[in-house]
Amino acid sequence: MSDRAFVAWQKLALGCAILAPGSTAKLKTGDWKSLAPKLDEEKCIKCAKCLTYCPEFCYSEDKKGFFRADLSYCKGCGICANECPTQAITMGKEEK
Amino acid sequence: MGKRVGIEVSLAVAEAVKLCDVDVVSAYPITPQTHIVEELSHYVANGDLDAAFIPVESEHSAMSAAVGSSATGARTYTATSSQGLALMHEILFIAPSLRLPIVMTIANRSLSGPISIWNDHSDIMAERDTGWVQIFCENGQESFDLTVCAFRIAEDKRVLLPVGVNMDGFILTHMIEPIEFMDKAEVKAFLPDYKPQLTLNPKKPVSMGPVGVPEVYMEAKKQYEQALWDSKAVVKEVLAAWGKHTGRKYQLVETNGKKKAKTVFVTMGSLGETAMTAVDNLVAAKQDVGQVRLRLWRPFPKEEMKKALKDAAKVVVIDRALSPGGVCGPLATEIKSLFYGAKDAPKIVNIVAGLGGRDVSVKDFEEMYAKAKSGKIKDDYVIWGVESNA
Repeated sequence: MSDRAFVAWQKLALGCAILAPGSTAKLKTGDWKSLAPKLDEEKCIKCAKCLTYCPEFCYSEDKKGFFRADLSYCKGCGICANECPTQAITMGKEEK
Repeated sequence: MGKRVGIEVSLAVAEAVKLCDVDVVSAYPITPQTHIVEELSHYVANGDLDAAFIPVESEHSAMSAAVGSSATGARTYTATSSQGLALMHEILFIAPSLRLPIVMTIANRSLSGPISIWNDHSDIMAERDTGWVQIFCENGQESFDLTVCAFRIAEDKRVLLPVGVNMDGFILTHMIEPIEFMDKAEVKAFLPDYKPQLTLNPKKPVSMGPVGVPEVYMEAKKQYEQALWDSKAVVKEVLAAWGKHTGRKYQLVETNGKKKAKTVFVTMGSLGETAMTAVDNLVAAKQDVGQVRLRLWRPFPKEEMKKALKDAAKVVVIDRALSPGGVCGPLATEIKSLFYGAKDAPKIVNIVAGLGGRDVSVKDFEEMYAKAKSGKIKDDYVIWGVESNA
């Protein structure tokens, strides 16, 4: 099997079907962004505009009332940073 | 054994589909396929066939509905021709990739332009690489027989691929021929119920047709291409079983004329029968000529074809489709590549004939033989009756 393949062809399900539901939850799609949003809590007014505008719905509210992007799904489009009224969100290199 | 009845071949094919007790027919009418699906819609409307007839608004939808229906585990049939097959194009790739055993009759017809409703093979040749099992019929009885066989081939769990049964538009579809039928019990004894491996069923959910990311796509292609190659043995088996069941025996590649002949015609489809008469005449006139008729176009029976041509010094390949700007016609390209690098390769000449319903007679084949034998055909291919060198 090629190291570029997920699975050998003989082991693929018939017709490349997915045999159990819920597999999408395991698929992280945020691995190709070039920039990630970073939140400055000092500037944030918790207005939720980032959550409203995010086309990937990857923002959610944390316990302190801040809105955080789930970087497993964030594509790095920067719309949140663009819409933020207080410039609390900046786009930069993802911190691992 | 049923008795022989004089009947239009289209109606015989519709009868075959009825005898196979299909669950869904999804089709859009197009000349020269119309009589087949028209007859099937009568059967359904009259209660003679317990099936859903989906009168779709285009062939793109006909094939899409066939894919959906087959994915639920229903035995599914459709038929089309020419522009209709072309309109199905993108969905034709989906059926084998989802491993759906749809059976489709293709009443072979040329493609526009210029507009033509008459026969040639340019419709199916444009769909050659869609991954379907592709069979060619030579006459009416074969059209009936191979339609029934197609379901058993498609639904075999070693195959699970769609099967296209090609029959020449008008030349076969609209001809009245003596055809030996079977009754329902005889067909049932030959064709077991379809037992799908995977179905769209809310009680046992599966996802069919997910995205094939670069890490999966090639493996997915390999899976169904392997199934296509594996289908060759199944086609052989099914034809042998049919021979036992009915006494009518078919091979993937058939030969006639003089044994070990120096000059050999290769044909596919109904032209084979015309060529057969010409070959008989030539053999009677002490000519060293034979003929090879190809029944299974995909998967291509490489070993069988090589064996059938092993004694030939000159092979005259008749193509009923043009590959504009190509090395030669589609069938000749295949035969040439088969002999690439072989020490004792025969000389291969290619004649493109009978496009857009142009008649090809016994006399044409006799003239083709004379020209090919004398070495007058020097180009990679000639368009018969059009170009001055042919």
